[in-house]
Amino acid sequence: MAADYLDRLRREGRIVIVGASLAGLRAAETLRDEGFAGSLTLIGDEPYEPYDRPPLSKAVLLGKADPRHTELPRRREIDAKWRLGVPATALDMTAKRVRLADGDEVEYDRLLIATGVRARPWPKEPEAQLDGVFVLRTRDDAVGLHRRMKAGPRRVFVIGAGFTGSEIASACRDQGIPVTVAERAGAPLAGALGGVIGAVAADMHRENGVDLRTGVMVTALEGDTVGRVRAVHLSDGSVVEADVVVVSLGATRNTEWLTGSGLGAGPRGIACDAGCRAFDFRGIVTDDIFVAGDVARSPHALFGYQFLSLEHWGNAIAQAETAAHNMISPSSDRRPHLWVPAFWSSQFGVNIKSVGVPPMGEELMITQGSLAERRFVGVYGYQGRIIAAVSFDNTRWLEFYERMIETGAPFPVEFPTVDRRPEGRTPVSADFPDPSLPTHGPTVTLSGYSPADRQLVFTPARH
Amino acid sequence: MRLVVDLNKCQGYAQCAFLAPDVFAMHGEESLVYNPRAEEEQRERLARAVAACPVQAITADGLDGVGAAPSQPAGESSDGS
Repeated sequence: MAADYLDRLRREGRIVIVGASLAGLRAAETLRDEGFAGSLTLIGDEPYEPYDRPPLSKAVLLGKADPRHTELPRRREIDAKWRLGVPATALDMTAKRVRLADGDEVEYDRLLIATGVRARPWPKEPEAQLDGVFVLRTRDDAVGLHRRMKAGPRRVFVIGAGFTGSEIASACRDQGIPVTVAERAGAPLAGALGGVIGAVAADMHRENGVDLRTGVMVTALEGDTVGRVRAVHLSDGSVVEADVVVVSLGATRNTEWLTGSGLGAGPRGIACDAGCRAFDFRGIVTDDIFVAGDVARSPHALFGYQFLSLEHWGNAIAQAETAAHNMISPSSDRRPHLWVPAFWSSQFGVNIKSVGVPPMGEELMITQGSLAERRFVGVYGYQGRIIAAVSFDNTRWLEFYERMIETGAPFPVEFPTVDRRPEGRTPVSADFPDPSLPTHGPTVTLSGYSPADRQLVFTPARH
Repeated sequence: MRLVVDLNKCQGYAQCAFLAPDVFAMHGEESLVYNPRAEEEQRERLARAVAACPVQAITADGLDGVGAAPSQPAGESSDGS
């Protein structure tokens, strides 16, 4: 019987977590918190115990933290078997086994996949391998980049002005290092927050002495005779000399190891239901494989039940906790993962935060403060309701707007507020770039047909 | 001691930066930067910061988030490496 099985699972089952980072660790803690007494194995491709990534592009590059010391604090003992430094290479769903790169196989009764994403590398491999070319995602990346920045480079070149790219540029300027940033869109952060807010970000770059180039692409990285990068070629014909290049072109999901497994996994991540149970490639939900964190994509009620995947710190924790709970709970006790998206960034001394899904917004209203003061709240509207909000140095308002997003409050924002200026009384276009022209890569991906759109009518065949 | 701040929760009250200035600092008006590996001698100050955070955004090894006793004795750290 199902109840007996669950009892035995909780007492002596085998749970395997692939991915030993934020989501994997918090899931393991939740499993133990909720009374799972069986064996727990955590598999990680990096040789390090779970560490925190946000400081790698902020405190570390500002010299306030050591890149080797961002290990996550433990909320409790988890009594796990660790398999670190060994990537998982294959999944056998029938035999319930995960194969590892060293040839070992690990059997499971329940599996949690939290393999996350990795930095998208510079596409031309010989150029990507030049000495001085970096991406910034892992602890090793951060150690290497940090060392170069401390050595006083002549110029750092950042490809892509998304959040990570902008944070790197900010850290360079903070330390007096000359930096050039190239972005394909018309402004930094335009893919995540739209062109109106992007223009504010562009001002921040330029006022802080960043050589910002927008509307251009990098065409080639040039090396010297001993294989060190020395210059960057741009699509407008210009050439910029730089001895450090950081490629900040977004991320790719770590799902290749699942190829051929029969799981519904691909370049957009692993599809799962609202309870974090993975779908197989036929769209049938599994009952023993769960997904959490950046690699997962799940339907969200607030966004028309479209599949939402989020590269957000808070989502990794919330989804891991829900997945872990559901893994060892009867179906009547399972919970949906309906976290409201939220993220932060810190650059040029400004605290940028957002709730909801800004790229889904069509229009924007500045409901507190003003763009010129760089201290404001912007609210995004979609089909007559509030879908997201962003704040620059105004974080205390965000919780208020989070409630409004959750309740589907109407847009344009009508209520009288404090600190509303004339410029914020009417909505303007949020000015997102054409989605068919990718920028540095959004950190939020919405995919799938939204029932709210009503563009399709399904007429079942009659027999 | 390891620590992490949930910057989704953090609202820039800067209580931590007053109570443990060697661990936490404000960068600009609202942005918090912190050293995720605090020195052991910061334990007591860090415990005060954890307890004083109005939104309870700080988690530290051996200092249990909400209502941690400011005078918790040292030596509880599970920090092995």
